[in-house]
Amino acid sequence: MLVFAQASNGWSWDMEYALEILPAIASGLLQTVVATLVGITIGMVLGLVLALLRRSRLKLIRWPTSFIIEFVRGTPLLVQLFFIFYVLPNFGLTLSPFVTLVVGLGIHYGTYTSESYRAGIDNVERGQWEASTALNLSSTTTWARVILPQAIPTVIPALGNYLVAMFKDAPIGVAVAAGGILLAATSEASRSFQPVEPFTVMGLLFLAVSLPAALFVRYLERRYGYQRA
Amino acid sequence: MLNANQFQSFLDGAWLTVQVFLLAALLGTILSMIFGIMGLSENRFWRALARVYVEVARGASAIVLIFFAAFAIPIILGIPPRIFAAAITALGVNMGGYGAEVVRTGIQSVPRGQTEASIALNLTVTDRLRHIVLPQAVVVMIPPYGSLSIEVMKGTALVSLVGLADLTNRAQNLRIQRPVIEAAGGTAPSSVVIFGTALVMYFLMSQVIALFYRWLERRVGGRWYKERG
Repeated sequence: MLVFAQASNGWSWDMEYALEILPAIASGLLQTVVATLVGITIGMVLGLVLALLRRSRLKLIRWPTSFIIEFVRGTPLLVQLFFIFYVLPNFGLTLSPFVTLVVGLGIHYGTYTSESYRAGIDNVERGQWEASTALNLSSTTTWARVILPQAIPTVIPALGNYLVAMFKDAPIGVAVAAGGILLAATSEASRSFQPVEPFTVMGLLFLAVSLPAALFVRYLERRYGYQRA
Repeated sequence: MLNANQFQSFLDGAWLTVQVFLLAALLGTILSMIFGIMGLSENRFWRALARVYVEVARGASAIVLIFFAAFAIPIILGIPPRIFAAAITALGVNMGGYGAEVVRTGIQSVPRGQTEASIALNLTVTDRLRHIVLPQAVVVMIPPYGSLSIEVMKGTALVSLVGLADLTNRAQNLRIQRPVIEAAGGTAPSSVVIFGTALVMYFLMSQVIALFYRWLERRVGGRWYKERG
């Protein structure tokens, strides 16, 4: 458990200390950004796979997929990280803290992106399917050359939103000792017993990334006329 | 499997999770309404203030807010640390940022003609909001507010990282105690059982929240259509 110095009156901001820890926390931020980028890559691929499985004609595939999506979406990412980190080794699969974090983020957000892909696919006009049938295109060709190229661009702004949301979740990798901004800040705080500066620097650096990212995604939404499903 | 004592400990943890969730959701809802309506003010200052709140509350992320509230704020204010209150405040403030946008866009979704007609019929501002605008806005707000509530419930797992004995914390503690239990000659549940049980309990809670909002949607939606006759 993390224990820090008790509250004391006459506290004042220590600028020298704040600047001294800035590089360490900034490098933690960089790790959080890297984890987010790897995580969203996994999430985007997994989401597409889940969206396609959920559309399967076989109930045996469709129903379990739906249940897994609902279950993952209905449970906390933190507990999912613990599950991956502590349970999988029993089955001979030991993942490093960083891999645990990116796999956890990827799976969690894969279930979210799958819903966006589903909306994107449903929005492709019926006539496109009919024309593909009329042209005698195989199912693979229909998906790869007709449906997905039209569905995926409409999903991009939604994926951007999940990228920002994932960045906000990525610091909880600290729970399995994965490096990142929160691990950097808590290490500094417990080393110096001066928690205010590390956590304030963390908050400001975090906002410095998440605010421009959120603004950029909103610009994308307006630019591409994306409508929330 | 968990023995009776262990299961009771999980239930106690789940009860704390429910308390944290309800209190955070209460604070979040109040903040949502205040800042959502403020975001529609004709006064630029109030609108800007609401904007800053929404961007910072969402951008800082729940986890960063929780650590800041738990460890930095008591020292800055010179008050004794109160982790429970800090965690609820952080989760509520974070929820309010998202909720304010739900309230604002919900009210904006009501066609302007409804407001104009109310003015033409000489309704007071209160009557206009209470009988015309809000009943229509609430119907639009319920589904996104339900998703937000589930996100907040999942977010309560983060309070385990600052030492509150919620469901996640109980699961993690039981896992840490396994060697102790086994050294004492007992049989400890495996990680699969520990985290699997916690996940199922969280999933049940998210399903209850989803059912509640679906019921609310039918009820409020039904009343609105009946009133409209």
